[in-house]
Amino acid sequence: MRKVQVMSDRRTWLLSASLANLVFLYLPIAVLMVFSFNDSRLSARWEGFTLQWYRALATDDTLMAAVHNSLLVAGISTVIATLLGVGAAVGLERIPPWGRRLVEGAVVLPLVVPEIMMGVALMLFFVLAQVPLSLTTVTIGHAALNLPVVAVIVRARLRKLDPKLEEAARDLGATAWQAFRRVTLPLLWPAILGAVLLSLTLSLDDFIVTFFTAGPGSTTLPLKVYSMVKTGVSPVINALSAVLVLISMVLIALSLALQRKAD
Amino acid sequence: MSVTSIPTSHQVQNPAHRRSGWLLAPAALWMGAFFFLPLLVVLAISFASRGTYGGVEWTFSLANYLNLVDPLYLKIFLRSLVLASLATVFCLLLGFPLAYHMARLPARWQWAWIVLIMIPFWTNFLVRTYAWMFILRTEGLMNQALLSMGLIDTPIEILYTEGAVLIGLVYGYLPFMVLPLYAALARLDYSVVEAAWDLYATAWARFWRVILPLAKPGVIAGCLLVFIPSLGAFITPDILGGGKTMMVGNLIQHEYLVVRDWPFGSAISFVLMGAVLLSAVLYLKMGRDGAEW
Amino acid sequence: MADNSVQIREVVKFHGATLAVDRLSLEIRRGEFFSILGPSGAGKTTVLRLLAGFEHPDRGDIWIEGQSMQGVPPNLRPVNLVFQSYALFPHLTVFGNIAFGLEMQRVFKAEIAARVQSALEMVKLTGKERRYPPHLSGGEQQRVALARALVNRPAVVLLDEPLGALDQQLRQEMQVELKTIQEQVGITFIYVTHHQEEALTMSDRLAVMDHGRLLQVGSPQDIYEAPASVFVADFIGVSNRLTGTIDRLDGAACTVTVPDLPPVRVRTPPHLRAGSQVTLLLRAERLELSQDGSRSERENAAPGRVLKSLYNGGDMEYRVRLTERHTWRVRVPNRGAGQKRFLPGEAVFVRWLADEGVVLPE
Repeated sequence: MRKVQVMSDRRTWLLSASLANLVFLYLPIAVLMVFSFNDSRLSARWEGFTLQWYRALATDDTLMAAVHNSLLVAGISTVIATLLGVGAAVGLERIPPWGRRLVEGAVVLPLVVPEIMMGVALMLFFVLAQVPLSLTTVTIGHAALNLPVVAVIVRARLRKLDPKLEEAARDLGATAWQAFRRVTLPLLWPAILGAVLLSLTLSLDDFIVTFFTAGPGSTTLPLKVYSMVKTGVSPVINALSAVLVLISMVLIALSLALQRKAD
Repeated sequence: MSVTSIPTSHQVQNPAHRRSGWLLAPAALWMGAFFFLPLLVVLAISFASRGTYGGVEWTFSLANYLNLVDPLYLKIFLRSLVLASLATVFCLLLGFPLAYHMARLPARWQWAWIVLIMIPFWTNFLVRTYAWMFILRTEGLMNQALLSMGLIDTPIEILYTEGAVLIGLVYGYLPFMVLPLYAALARLDYSVVEAAWDLYATAWARFWRVILPLAKPGVIAGCLLVFIPSLGAFITPDILGGGKTMMVGNLIQHEYLVVRDWPFGSAISFVLMGAVLLSAVLYLKMGRDGAEW
Repeated sequence: MADNSVQIREVVKFHGATLAVDRLSLEIRRGEFFSILGPSGAGKTTVLRLLAGFEHPDRGDIWIEGQSMQGVPPNLRPVNLVFQSYALFPHLTVFGNIAFGLEMQRVFKAEIAARVQSALEMVKLTGKERRYPPHLSGGEQQRVALARALVNRPAVVLLDEPLGALDQQLRQEMQVELKTIQEQVGITFIYVTHHQEEALTMSDRLAVMDHGRLLQVGSPQDIYEAPASVFVADFIGVSNRLTGTIDRLDGAACTVTVPDLPPVRVRTPPHLRAGSQVTLLLRAERLELSQDGSRSERENAAPGRVLKSLYNGGDMEYRVRLTERHTWRVRVPNRGAGQKRFLPGEAVFVRWLADEGVVLPE
């Protein structure tokens, strides 16, 4: 009996440590959401329920413009990153090994270089090339940020595929293109979809590269949040945060549903 | 390693395949133009000097790098290293029990926990950092709670301290630690732990001699994923650290956008990048030691 | 008691709602090679895990070397387990794996080195101590797992289908080797398998289990020659089954009436009376085929027709149809040229000695 006790003690300990982690991860978000309904401008004390901060949010035109900009940038940069990234992953399988090792090394670099470095480098580059900073430069930056991510995800999936599948298709009379289009590509879809979702999220969330490459009038949502945060604590940010958290939860549910469908 | 490279290498023999190598070209061009070229520009500028009205004067000198050896800047570098290391250690200490717990759950529950860990990870980083600002500020929730419980008489000034930055870093990057740890621990064949138990190992010995060594790839990946972004962090120290607790990221931003000394900012960026690459190499080397299996 | 290494007393173990072990009682003698045989789901592995201490009886009690194991964790039990998957430590060398148990018991370094060396010699792995398990063949991994258990000189070594992952030829070699090693070290081995031939070859005694229950314990010969139930007979070897009524008891022999067949002579079973319903089991290899239907007092013969003949190398298996309800399997050793081969469609007599029939009460 003593031993059984020890076992369940250990399990209880692990469970409580894990729950503590969850509390740590969720409590701050939950606090934000609760206080987005607090009828007080400054106090952290509960003063009553209100929806006024959400009303303020809905009528803020600059916020809507920022959302519009963010969606535009995320959409276009994801299309670029996905097309080029999938191409890179597929092309990488088909070049001589020495070239592959070189490219693999080159792909890792953007993933480990601090984002702030990438931000300032792009800013300097555009300024010296006399390209005015705008939504276009932000989009270019985001595409460069996400391209290696897409390439790595798709390539990981590609490496797990049995090369004999394409050979079987060729053996059955398919051309190289047909074999890719009819066999490999359908098997890659789950990975590509996952990469698209991740790319969209990273772009929508990105602050640093955007911060350095954005010009006047190209405020995105994170830039807007940042400027709101920097001007001080306000219940409007709480309301905005609550909305953003809910959106990301919906996105996760969506991506999980898609994944389950793909499996 | 060698096993996975065999199936791909024979594809090279196929001429139809070889032709589709051009698919790589657009990506290579894009990354060349908008990543590698800008990096080279930064490198070049780091050896130039500041023009009178900002901008760049193209003269070669090492002055920018030599200027870094100044207690003011060294202190910022040191603070970044210490905070990033502490954040990594705390994430590991917090994340390991969680990842272990997840890995030992039935498959259905593992999924639920992964989703729970992923949700904060997919939530806007600024928002998550702001949450702590809301909680930690002098008139914030934490002080209210502590005051009303009578644990303190006057509010604690924790926002805009290194402690607040550390909390923010741990909070921001904890999922990066948990997910690779979980992946490594889920792969671990539990009968190996039972074998150790059967061979007289106490709980402590089972952890140190079996579980930890086998989770090492996950530990290293997790540490890298926390340490690297922590070292180059900008948002967290900017929002939770204020002006008093600058990290390297803030120094870079300050030099570029406030002082407008691009060459000096470039030199700092390169030192940061060097530090990041060096730590990545060190971690990976640690992972390879004794990894004959 | 004194020469018992392991005593399992009335142990009950539930896995959720299913009864994994049902009131099991077993006594295993010191130095004995004891097998637990049964199909998958019989509860064999659960018994091993109960002995090793990874699971705990819901009722009943386990004693090892005169000590109750109640509340004793695996690391304090004088038993070592050879896992089905081997469960070798992939991050430790062969030496590190074998030395692990000794290090945990804080044995002196010099002694560890010596004992690991002799364990390596015993399992014929000398010279491979610096290899890592993933670089070893299946057979070698199996030997490391065995050495890792033996080196600690436990009171009992538990083996969970240790040969399951090996191919047929290696498996047979290892059977002989395991038995030799066991005799050499004199440690009690408890060996779990679903492989009947393995259990018969190696064991001093064996237990047959099904659905958590103990069906029979005995020497291999007891189990094979005198199965206590139809299940045991079917699980070990190939039998033909008939049901009938005891007709007449006359001393050492008696007759069983089976519908549609000539009266069958068998040795008189104890505790049975005339009129009892019985099941009669006939081992396929104890039957003979002949064109001669004559029989003596101690013999049986039944007419039939060959349906199929299967060439198995070492023997021939015939399917012989006797009646609408009875198609029997008959195995005849292959003696090569000169031996009479029976062809499908041929009329034959199946013959056997009265002593070969096993009679079980219905």
